[in-house]
Amino acid sequence: MVRSEGVHKSFGSLQVLRGIDLEVARGEVFCLVGPSGSGKSTFLRCINHLEKIDSGRLSVDGELVGYRQSGDRLYEMRDSDASVKRREIGMVFQRFNLFPHMTVLQNVMEAPVRVRRESTAVVRERALRLLDRVGLTGKADAYPRQLSGGQQQRVAIARALAMEPKLMLFDEPTSALDPELVGEVLDVMRQLAIDGMTMIVVTHEMGFAREVGDSLVFIDDGVVVESGHPRDVLANPRHERTKAFLSKVL
Amino acid sequence: MSEPARTEPIKAIPVRHPGRWVATAVILLFVAMAVNMAVTNPNFAWDVVRENVFAQTILEGVWATVWITIVAMIVGIFGGVVLSVMRLSPNPVLSNVAMVYIWFFRGTPVLVQLIFWFNLAALVPQISIGIPFGPTFASWDTNSVITPFMAALLGLGLNEAAYMAEISRAGIQSVDEGQVEAASALGMSRSLTMRRIVLPQAMRVIIPPTGNEVISMLKTTSLVSVVALPELLYNTQQIYARTYETIPLLIVASMWYLLLTSILTVGQFYIERHYGRGSSSTPPPTYWQRLRRNMFKFHDTPPTPPSMTILDPNNGVR
Repeated sequence: MVRSEGVHKSFGSLQVLRGIDLEVARGEVFCLVGPSGSGKSTFLRCINHLEKIDSGRLSVDGELVGYRQSGDRLYEMRDSDASVKRREIGMVFQRFNLFPHMTVLQNVMEAPVRVRRESTAVVRERALRLLDRVGLTGKADAYPRQLSGGQQQRVAIARALAMEPKLMLFDEPTSALDPELVGEVLDVMRQLAIDGMTMIVVTHEMGFAREVGDSLVFIDDGVVVESGHPRDVLANPRHERTKAFLSKVL
Repeated sequence: MSEPARTEPIKAIPVRHPGRWVATAVILLFVAMAVNMAVTNPNFAWDVVRENVFAQTILEGVWATVWITIVAMIVGIFGGVVLSVMRLSPNPVLSNVAMVYIWFFRGTPVLVQLIFWFNLAALVPQISIGIPFGPTFASWDTNSVITPFMAALLGLGLNEAAYMAEISRAGIQSVDEGQVEAASALGMSRSLTMRRIVLPQAMRVIIPPTGNEVISMLKTTSLVSVVALPELLYNTQQIYARTYETIPLLIVASMWYLLLTSILTVGQFYIERHYGRGSSSTPPPTYWQRLRRNMFKFHDTPPTPPSMTILDPNNGVR
């Protein structure tokens, strides 16, 4: 589903990604862990072309991200073409990024109605169903600021799902939440995994990774240090750096 | 051993402010002097003021002033929003064009611009549409296109657009970057993101200084008198050029300007109060609330917090 070979990315003179190789299979829950500043969030943002990669190859569903290949040549993609690709990839942010001037229902309906030009009635029904699914029945007419962090993040998940994506990216979805609100968001994600969604999750929730994850990759300093099944990596880390990191977070 | 907790309200002697009483006395003295002069100095000619305040010519001038203010502000607001979006565009051509425009129109006095537009015919006698160095499709005499009203509209409107562009840019930049990111992650295009997500949120920051701009524009319209457009100041000048009653007629004009700006100030206050909802828990008190609260309490009133920050990049000085 997602394939990354030697992906590099720098911001100015700062090398953030220094050759990321990994492969995410369809229907998999793929966890990215690592210390802050290791480049895991940057890599996630590269997958839907919010950041442009400098070298290497990154593809989703067999198609290159941000570029079009014709013969041996690569052509940079137009913004409009890139946004067409993003419609199939949902993203959930650490800080929710809900639209504060819209109600919960409008937040969920905005993209399907404006971007995919679906009929309001159809989208409305789907949006209400999604809100049920994330446990927010009856909150449709509330504004984001009237909700708790956990509720806002669940709206953000519903908003991403409304575009019926084939892949969901989660960028530390529980890091900005009070501890007692983390569970409700993880529950929604767990249900999503059971329903077979392909998910790439940047997280510090090792419990979630162990229980729900199918693969786990430990990234440090812009490279993949260690990968494997979450239970194996978390129980028997082979690398010193992985051991050092896990001893701090577990 | 310790005293029982004191639960009754504290009754203390409030801090006295003798300085305030002295200042009040001094100010009242000055007010009395001013009133005395206004009443006794015959040069004020209050009867002439009274005769002219509702004169036909003056009322027509008031109407023209209001009308130019409205139209020039519409040009300014639309032009400003377009310019600010261009300015922030990743397209270097658009952003540089906007920058040069703002540089030019903010860098030259609006009075010069007005006279320039009015005398456009001296520079280009004919305005034509066609292909450069090629055929011409249509052509007009510049003097018939640039009426005083057009000159006023172009001069004030295009100048205002440059100021509004900076205000609107500040508004757009005040919107959290995560909003744009979330919108693009949903596959929204740049222009859709701008229209649906960024601009509605930027409005809260844009509206208060725009109110200032309207008030400022109302007064700036008086400059239009130099291109012989019959607005309030021009019509006032027409009367006193005939009667030599300069001071009373300028008082008439000032009274009208004050009335109009007062109306706008009250309107601005309520609009800001409306858009400030949600950002602070208690809205600032209205004029009446504040007057009632402060009128009869000369000391010991906690200072009211500043009602709202007003961003005015040019500090009201043109």
